[in-house]
Amino acid sequence: MWYYEKKLQYPVRVSTCNPRLAKFLIEQYGGADGELAAALRYLNQRYTIPDKVVGLLNDIGTEEFAHLEMIATMVYKLTKDASPEQLRDAGLGDHYADHDRALFYHNAAGVPFTATYIQAKGDPIADLYEDIAAEEKARATYQWIIDMSDDPDLNDALKFLREREIVHSQRFREAVEILKEDRGKKKYF
Amino acid sequence: MSKKMPPEYYQMLEEIQAIDFVIVELNLYLDTHPDDTAAIKQFNEATKRSMELKAEFEKKFGPLMHFGYSFSNYPFNWKDTPWPWQV
Repeated sequence: MWYYEKKLQYPVRVSTCNPRLAKFLIEQYGGADGELAAALRYLNQRYTIPDKVVGLLNDIGTEEFAHLEMIATMVYKLTKDASPEQLRDAGLGDHYADHDRALFYHNAAGVPFTATYIQAKGDPIADLYEDIAAEEKARATYQWIIDMSDDPDLNDALKFLREREIVHSQRFREAVEILKEDRGKKKYF
Repeated sequence: MSKKMPPEYYQMLEEIQAIDFVIVELNLYLDTHPDDTAAIKQFNEATKRSMELKAEFEKKFGPLMHFGYSFSNYPFNWKDTPWPWQV
């Protein structure tokens, strides 16, 4: 069971209407290393991961949905006042033709989200290594977007999300160590 | 649509976001360090503070949660704006 809380995890502010930035940000909404992929990956893997690390996958997976909502809020705020002409000039003409200003789960290039972005191998080490890689790739994506963004308000929230990727990666690395230690115990005692 | 709220709304909301972030961080940390007594103490203290702040916020601005974790006024005010992306 999940409950909704009527607040963002971290405040999202944008300085100006900027559909071009929204186009880049969609990468973190419906892209391969985006927040949707992250949430679905961890919450799906948790059923077959050893009990010692289920809690971590459950909680990080849940936090990812809060991040997905932050990205959605950014895209919404960056595009809500844009005219069709502005959207077209920002490279969102293809998006507008199909979705108006509605959000859609696709990446920055317009490729729709697919379950093939995520894996559940059933091997705990393989799954956790994928999770660490996912966090590092998402961190890199945030960095590339920050590098292209000239909106200081938006960058504040993006930097928060970038730091969360680092914390998640480090927690997953600890989970690997916990499982390795456990495996060692079974073997030698 | 965005909705302008009194300054107190933003201030109280940000205070809740700050304490809830402390809780999320401690929660993830404790998921991999379950024997850290000091961190558990901090987690419980922050949780208590968060519950107090939310009770105060909800009295002024309505429910933060649905499905039985917040009380409602008349008429049912859970569905009132602003939603988080409208703040």
